[in-house]
Amino acid sequence: MAAFTLKINGEPRRIDVAPDTPLLWAIRDSAGLTGTKYGCGVAQCGACTVYLDGQPIRSCSMPVSAVGSGEVTTIEGLNSREGKAVQAAWIAHDVPQCGYCQSGQVMSAASLLSLNPKPTDEDIDLAMNGNICRCATYVRIRAAIHSAAKSLEG
Amino acid sequence: MTVHDTKLSRRTLLKAGTGLVIGAYVARADKLFAQAAAQPKVNIAPNTFLIIKPDSTVTVLCKQIEFGQGPFTGFATLVAEELDADWSQMRADHAPSNPELYKNLAFGLQGTGGSTAIANAYLQMRQVGAAARQMLVAAAAEAWQVPAGEIGIENGVLKHASGKEGRFGEFADKAMTLPVPADPKLKDPANFKFIGKEGVVKRLDSADKSDGKAFYTLDINEPDMLTVVVARSPKFGGTVKSFDATAARAVPGVVDVKQVPTGVAVYAKGFWPAKMGREALKIVWDDSKAEKRGSAELLQQFRTLSKTPGKLVRAEGKFEESIAKGGRVIETEYVFPYLAHAAMEPLNGYLKWDGQSVYARYGCQFPTPDHMAFSKAFGLPVDKIKIDVVLAGGSFGRRAQQSTHQAIEMAEVAKAIGPGKPIKLVWTREDDMRGGYYRPYSIHRMRGAVRDGKIEAWSDTIVSQSIMKGSFFEAVMFKDGLDPTSYEGSHDIPYEVANFRCDMHQVDVGVPVLWWRSVGHTHTGYAVEAFIDELLEAAGKDPVEGRLELLGKKPRHAGVLKAVAELADWKNYKVPAGRARGVAVVESFNSFVAQVVELSMTEEGPKVHKVWCAVDCGVAVNPDIIRAQMEGGIGFALGHILYAEQTLDAGAPVSGNFDTYRSLRINEMPEVEVAIVKSNEKPTGVGEPGVPPLGPAVANAMAKLGVGRPKQLPIVPGASA
Repeated sequence: MAAFTLKINGEPRRIDVAPDTPLLWAIRDSAGLTGTKYGCGVAQCGACTVYLDGQPIRSCSMPVSAVGSGEVTTIEGLNSREGKAVQAAWIAHDVPQCGYCQSGQVMSAASLLSLNPKPTDEDIDLAMNGNICRCATYVRIRAAIHSAAKSLEG
Repeated sequence: MTVHDTKLSRRTLLKAGTGLVIGAYVARADKLFAQAAAQPKVNIAPNTFLIIKPDSTVTVLCKQIEFGQGPFTGFATLVAEELDADWSQMRADHAPSNPELYKNLAFGLQGTGGSTAIANAYLQMRQVGAAARQMLVAAAAEAWQVPAGEIGIENGVLKHASGKEGRFGEFADKAMTLPVPADPKLKDPANFKFIGKEGVVKRLDSADKSDGKAFYTLDINEPDMLTVVVARSPKFGGTVKSFDATAARAVPGVVDVKQVPTGVAVYAKGFWPAKMGREALKIVWDDSKAEKRGSAELLQQFRTLSKTPGKLVRAEGKFEESIAKGGRVIETEYVFPYLAHAAMEPLNGYLKWDGQSVYARYGCQFPTPDHMAFSKAFGLPVDKIKIDVVLAGGSFGRRAQQSTHQAIEMAEVAKAIGPGKPIKLVWTREDDMRGGYYRPYSIHRMRGAVRDGKIEAWSDTIVSQSIMKGSFFEAVMFKDGLDPTSYEGSHDIPYEVANFRCDMHQVDVGVPVLWWRSVGHTHTGYAVEAFIDELLEAAGKDPVEGRLELLGKKPRHAGVLKAVAELADWKNYKVPAGRARGVAVVESFNSFVAQVVELSMTEEGPKVHKVWCAVDCGVAVNPDIIRAQMEGGIGFALGHILYAEQTLDAGAPVSGNFDTYRSLRINEMPEVEVAIVKSNEKPTGVGEPGVPPLGPAVANAMAKLGVGRPKQLPIVPGASA
């Protein structure tokens, strides 16, 4: 066990875990932030997507010891303009079914829009194909991203 | 929205419940669970189905689990309709385990499955809303000293011509003291404001599922709780011969290690130390009773059997005589792999046992059987067991466990470490994927004869493994020793064929199997719809027209087929070069779905560009949720048809994660257009029926493109390891 101070959603959090503990479990079990989900543990499904210094990462495959002083943003701390637009579009389109993957989907979609305000379908495919939705809500994810992009115009 | 509101106080809001009979409801006997049902009357106490708070919010306690198919929103729609509520005041939460109050009227026990949520509760929840409305009106009449008949409700506001107005919250306390009406009057459907209407109802759970607040079993984090993972035998039926936990116990955070009937349990403070502890275990397995056959051996055995007649399920006319007459005789084999459900949230559950009572909290799909399982495992009376249901991250059948294996394991894990130590049992993705309970491995051998442009003979020999054998369903559901969920859809094809035979070999394999979204129709739908297409092709018929000619006695099949043909402009549309279209129509769970697929072939296999879908599910309660279920069912079906299989290596399941059990991703999702056929028939389900037609529609489009109908699934070989 070792002590780490992680900066999560702007707050320093002292956690005491083995250094190889994936960031996902530090966020969930130690920091008690449960919006970020476990789906595969091997960076295949994207349910655990968070930002490290603004970049989307798979927190299931990032050991706590590698996070250092980086800023971690989870779904609970997603306050960006793009994030809010994506969440509003998710609700407007009634995207979620079981909902379990959607924190990760929202994080990936918000990141896409922050880099590319007007994504094409191909851009969406590229940015979002690391996020599995077993309910296959993909039709609405696509539509909601386009809606969110539109809402962010001007 | 209340999906994250885990501490609803019901005490002050509910009348201590003596249920009064306020309506008679003849349970619709679902074909999946036919004789288990037969409950002629149901007790409805509206106070136990509804919570009306002082702020006038109306929370519907939903007896069906919400894992995506929309019962929270659906049940709230039914109640809001009769209450004349405003949609913004509606909420939903799970009902706790109470077999009597909350039984599924299609099965006679509390549980979700068979696409029965709306079907079983359509009248019941409307009656609940209507009864509550009448009681609120009576309370207002008393307070205002006016006749009840002069009070109306509009958008959640009680109104009287004198100008008096009030909201539900003002009258809820008084209303709950009034007698529950025996036969509340239901609305004339002509006056519906919510049911079947577009744009007026939004899902109640979208917001919490978009910002991380939605609460699932994995999110339970009680201070004194231990997270548990279990090391289970790599082969089904294997047991622990011996184990050494020295290294596991040395992992920081590991609290204890115990042998349990399913393997070796590691108890830890958090998931990661539990998993690391498990990896440090040294276990010797006893495989003497384990299933050791691999996929190739199963295929050979199933194939050999399929070439001999099985036990007769149904026959019409004289199949053998007819096929002996020749003409164009076609024989085809279809092979269907084991499939994992792979819901996004792997299995898990929280359980607290203090020696005298049990409290369990998890995404429980079958509360009544699990309730009984806990009672038996702990030797406690049923009234000492409480189950609270929470949202689950998908199921697709995986949580509907007639074996109650998860509940039993939760109990054994809690018992092994002793009372007073709450546990959260977590299955990893690999545990979930290699843990069995798959869609059964199946083969269909089809034979047919076409003479003079007419299909004269049809036979289907099925080799499959029973889902219900050995469970409490066997006694009530089996017919002549066979499991009907293995042949549903095959023995009752909708097409008129004079000489027909369906028979079956029910094979025992030591791999646990389970219903998987649309159950038998996952394979029978493919076999029947690919084969009819092949025979129609041999007969020189158009796939749509040819089917319609044979559907004379099946107006709802014909209805969705015509609707999808119109939606896709089947007759006139000029399909671009390099693309082709295929069609299929399947009835499942009393709903009718037809789909047209347009695809092209790439080096990596078929690329599906668009799917048109027509659905007839009776009265369409929530059109947008119906569309969502069709979209999702299509994507779910497509991913599995193209890529997924669980193979066995000397009995051990090979794929453990999404790297080898390939799931559909967004770049593979086709455009989807859905038409809902207008119907006044009673409402039926939509969770499963979107799945079956997709596979055969893909196969039929591939045939049109000249690459043939795939005989063995998945279509893209090697996509899964």
